[in-house]
Amino acid sequence: MALQVSDHDEVVGHGAEEQGISNVILGMILFICSEVMFFAGLFAAYFNVRANSPVWPPEGNEHFHVASEIALPLIITTLLIISSFTCQLAVWSIRKGDRTGLIRNIAVTLVLGVIFLLGQGYDYTQLGFTLADGTFGTTFFTLTGFHGAHVLGGVLMLSVVLYRAMAGQFSSKHHDMVEAVSLYWHFVDVVWICLFSLLYLVPTH
Amino acid sequence: MATTSLRTSTGYRSGLYDWLTTTDHKKIGILYLANSILMFLVGGVFALIVRLELAQPGLQFLTDAQYNQAFTIHASLMLFLFVIPVLAGFGNYIVPLMIGAPDMAFPRINAFSFWLLPLAAIVMLSGFATGGGAAAAGWTEYSPLAQAKYEGIGTDLWIVALLLIGTSSILGAINFIVTIFKMRAPGMTLLRMPVMVWTVLVTSILVLMATPVLTSALIMLFIDRNLGGHFFDPATGGNAILWQNTFWFYSHPAVYIMILPAMGIISEVLPVFSRKPLFGYKAFIFATAAIGALGFSVWAHHMFTTGAVYLPFFSFMTFLIAIPTGVKFFNWIATMFRGQLTFSTPLLYAVGFLTMFLIGGINGAFSAAVPVDFALHDTYWVVAHIHYVLFGGSVFAVFAGLFYWWPKMFGRRLNETLGKIQFVFMFIGFNLTFFPMHMLGLSGMPRRIADYDPNAGWNDLNLLATIGGFTIALSILPFLWNVFITFRSGEPAGDDPWEGNTLEWATSSPPPPYNFDHLPEIRSERPVFDARHGATHG
Repeated sequence: MALQVSDHDEVVGHGAEEQGISNVILGMILFICSEVMFFAGLFAAYFNVRANSPVWPPEGNEHFHVASEIALPLIITTLLIISSFTCQLAVWSIRKGDRTGLIRNIAVTLVLGVIFLLGQGYDYTQLGFTLADGTFGTTFFTLTGFHGAHVLGGVLMLSVVLYRAMAGQFSSKHHDMVEAVSLYWHFVDVVWICLFSLLYLVPTH
Repeated sequence: MATTSLRTSTGYRSGLYDWLTTTDHKKIGILYLANSILMFLVGGVFALIVRLELAQPGLQFLTDAQYNQAFTIHASLMLFLFVIPVLAGFGNYIVPLMIGAPDMAFPRINAFSFWLLPLAAIVMLSGFATGGGAAAAGWTEYSPLAQAKYEGIGTDLWIVALLLIGTSSILGAINFIVTIFKMRAPGMTLLRMPVMVWTVLVTSILVLMATPVLTSALIMLFIDRNLGGHFFDPATGGNAILWQNTFWFYSHPAVYIMILPAMGIISEVLPVFSRKPLFGYKAFIFATAAIGALGFSVWAHHMFTTGAVYLPFFSFMTFLIAIPTGVKFFNWIATMFRGQLTFSTPLLYAVGFLTMFLIGGINGAFSAAVPVDFALHDTYWVVAHIHYVLFGGSVFAVFAGLFYWWPKMFGRRLNETLGKIQFVFMFIGFNLTFFPMHMLGLSGMPRRIADYDPNAGWNDLNLLATIGGFTIALSILPFLWNVFITFRSGEPAGDDPWEGNTLEWATSSPPPPYNFDHLPEIRSERPVFDARHGATHG
């Protein structure tokens, strides 16, 4: 019998109640993996048409030089990066059981996310080209548009977190959703940093 | 552990409502299987339409446009709504049972994953009700054939259907991975997991990393067709080859998504009916992982003739895949070698898989050689190859799995005699249909044509293939009759009719909603064998 018990040192988790990473957080990490591959496909398309073009941005529309009007994109980029920090502050708050801190920081994150979306929407109206304007317009709007859709998804998730936080449903032990949504929000932020660098900072040819 | 007091009461609601709202992985698994087999029958009808048109030269029954829709929808249904979901259905039913879990990790997401599939089928087939007909550019939907100016809304419906199926697959994959990593019973270490669970795990990783790329490709195609985008139009700076790269980046790993769980089924059936453990358990698992990893580096072997890919690399990587596949054949044959073989229906189908998949592997290796591929590209040789691996491989494994697990799912055994009649007709019909396609391909008959020159020398072989196709259709009738009489008056199975090895045979048939009253001790990859023989392992 003793032999059998010693053999059970190898036992592994059986259900969410045991230690180790929770089902929800692991599920979110895997979902983010799939999202990385989704954006990889879109980025690959961007690199492909960019490399195939003799000059980039293509000639014919001076508005394609988006880097010359970088002020608004830079502002909303800064706000989105700040929102990643406030999101993490929210996680740290609830890990210590600080529900007020959680609510405040999630609310700030949510507001910053909404401002980013509004800013991007306003920027779209000022660009001077559309999705149908050559490969530049197609890739620009597809990439930023799908990123924006993911920000919108994140904003909806943050709204649910805020609602549940105000209803007192999270504690220092039970806040898997906060952790999972924060991972998603960081991912959306990282995608934007890559996208912003690519569209505005990488030298043209 | 769960006890009988957890049995859910269903007395106050109807059986139909229960099936429509269930989150039980076993019922969802059965729903997957039922929906997939329905799609197999519908896709089969389209195949018969194609074969009927090709039986003789000239256009007898269809216009060119209708023929294009028929082969496009045949392939799309079979690949995306039959093979992939039917294997996901087996995974859904059997993986939680095999690892001793009460359910999947996310039961409601599991139900959502399933219900996307019938919706996708309706969306895809609704193309026939539109003016331009259903999608018609082949299941690969290459640009420029798939561009807006050539087709009506059918292609857009096809895109939306594939987006739904892709979402279903990705959510299912997340569910499988979390279930397998987090929900195993005490003692069920990774290297004690049944081989079927391993193949589902590797398949899920492939789905998770490859399917989103197809999603991005489909979205780009949708934007090109409907919003004035320029991704795939070379005239405006786009790149038609970009579609092929993104499409095959998913669709080559997808062929492993379509075969790895089938290999898992075979690897469960062969040991049980050979009365031996699987030969080389660890080697099999590493071979599975190797196929999964290599599967990401071979997509461009579908694009040799485009002149846009580096031929030596993709040819070499494709040949490399033969090594882990060969390891698996060694596993399977060595498992059967000197075993006490019982030729029940599941073993017949498993042996059918071994022989037919071997032919599919060998004729695939021909196409991996670049100069040979230049001659064979887009001929009927390719059609022969894909059917030898997907019908001779996956479909035979599906029937092996159905006959093997039916007693567990429904508590009754399918009729053995009818099963063997079905196997004989299917095996003969399959080879009659698809073996002549090798010769047709070698003599230059292109795929996806509705008509051919009567003097090309292709008449007899095409007629033979059509006769074979209807023989396959005939073989489905004993199966449907078998299912019908088994539900009415099938032989009760008992909990463990085959003297199985894995945990699903340690519970009742069908299992209770919570799966297990108690689990045997898990000290090897064959816990039920150990319990039956009182073995003290190690």
